[in-house]
Amino acid sequence: MFQLFESLGQSTRESFAKLGRSSLFLLNTLAGVPDTMTRPTLLVKQLFSVGVLSFLIITISGLFVGMVLGLQGFYTLSDFGAEESLGVMVAASLVRELGPVVSALLFAGRAGSALTAEIGLMKATEQLSGMEMMAVDPIKRIISPRFLAGFISTPLLAALFSTIGVNGGHMVGVGMLGVDDGAFWAQMQASIDFQQDIINGVIKSIVFGFVVSWIALFEGYDTIPTAEGVSRATTRTVVNSAFAVLGLDFILTALMFGDI
Amino acid sequence: MANNQNSDNALVTIRNLSFSRGSRKIFDDISLDIERGKVTAIMGPSGTGKTTLLKIIGGQLTPEQGSVHVDGRHVHRLKKHDLLKLRKRMGMLFQSGALLTDMSVYDNVAFPLREHTQLSESMIRSLVLMKLHAVGLRGARNLMPNELSGGMARRVALARAIALDPMMIMYDEPFTGQDPISMGALVHLIKSLNAALGLTSVIVSHDVQETAAIADYIYVLSEGKIVGRGTPAELEISDSKWVQQFMNGNPDGPVPFHYPAPDYLDDLLAS
Repeated sequence: MFQLFESLGQSTRESFAKLGRSSLFLLNTLAGVPDTMTRPTLLVKQLFSVGVLSFLIITISGLFVGMVLGLQGFYTLSDFGAEESLGVMVAASLVRELGPVVSALLFAGRAGSALTAEIGLMKATEQLSGMEMMAVDPIKRIISPRFLAGFISTPLLAALFSTIGVNGGHMVGVGMLGVDDGAFWAQMQASIDFQQDIINGVIKSIVFGFVVSWIALFEGYDTIPTAEGVSRATTRTVVNSAFAVLGLDFILTALMFGDI
Repeated sequence: MANNQNSDNALVTIRNLSFSRGSRKIFDDISLDIERGKVTAIMGPSGTGKTTLLKIIGGQLTPEQGSVHVDGRHVHRLKKHDLLKLRKRMGMLFQSGALLTDMSVYDNVAFPLREHTQLSESMIRSLVLMKLHAVGLRGARNLMPNELSGGMARRVALARAIALDPMMIMYDEPFTGQDPISMGALVHLIKSLNAALGLTSVIVSHDVQETAAIADYIYVLSEGKIVGRGTPAELEISDSKWVQQFMNGNPDGPVPFHYPAPDYLDDLLAS
């Protein structure tokens, strides 16, 4: 019985300690961001490996999600004779929800896990420690550029996801199922509000980018420097990012669209 | 055993240092001096915290008790900025080399120069080639770290460690896992660089022969204590049984061959 309490206390303490470490880590990372701005080459390199290399998965996923939305939307809407509203339905679901959320989840799987593994292995092979001994702050040199790159890339990737998705929906709805081309675009234009839909979607993906980059980099930096430790940290990145993104999505949606 | 070193000339002074990890005491009240211009070795069996000692000297770990002065400065009371300034003057060679794996050999050696100086690229190029030439790897400058053998990686790391012309270099197990030729190359390099660049070298190692060949002074650590000290010749004739066992590599002695266990016969018959 005592053992139960003991282990409960231990794990509570451990999670608070981790919360503290990760907050401190975030502060240090943010403090390094201005330095990163003055060294654009470091940032550009990370933008490439974090952002540009995620293009393919985002494009293909966006296309298929859009196409499925087109199909599903058409069958539901045509029951009410409202297939002309397909454009609105596809665009609203993508811009408000699926664009930011799915692209953040894909980003966590594609780029976040890679960041965790990279930083974790750098720690395991003493590269971070070596940098410290060369009087180079690894947080400024390694972490901050990656953080900024993730933060910048996610909203852009989400925008790309939504754009491709809308075109996927158009391809299926107009191209294959015979929805009127003009109505598809015109209704979308009339109903999608810039402030209400697009800006809110962008805000969501900015928040997700911040959180996913933070989780991925912290898990890498905090990893136990062994093969097993790195593998666990990578898993935690994907799982925790998914939880964080979906949980935050609910909160943000409630704040933005719900009149709670 | 009296401390027969002249501590006025010490670059690193460690006094009453204690450090533990969890409940395990790694250092228990040790004091030692590392003299300027000399090669000082810190030896002991694996797991005696030799690497930890280097990390304490470099200010990466903070001891529970005691003080560490490097060049007259109290390492663990320095502000972050001053600590970084001090570290620029200390090179450290990690066991794994700790080369940055996403950069070529050239860029690895250029790394500290680019981070800490405003030198032009052509100046950096000359410096990098000089440092690489000193370790015999000028021709390998375009290779990536994963294309290097263990010995070459360590030599590149050495070139990087001397890039900023430090006052001291700390070597963490420089000879472990090396073939005889690269071992010989490293022994030669450590000795000759120390003399040529006027460095102070600290070697942490358990390779007795190689270390004894180049060290001016040796400290032998065991279970958190200094159990022997002296020049290699002095340790050779030390009357401490422990030092004798370590220096000669005897399998049994004060450090028993067997991990503590119940009686062998009882253990076999128990089912």
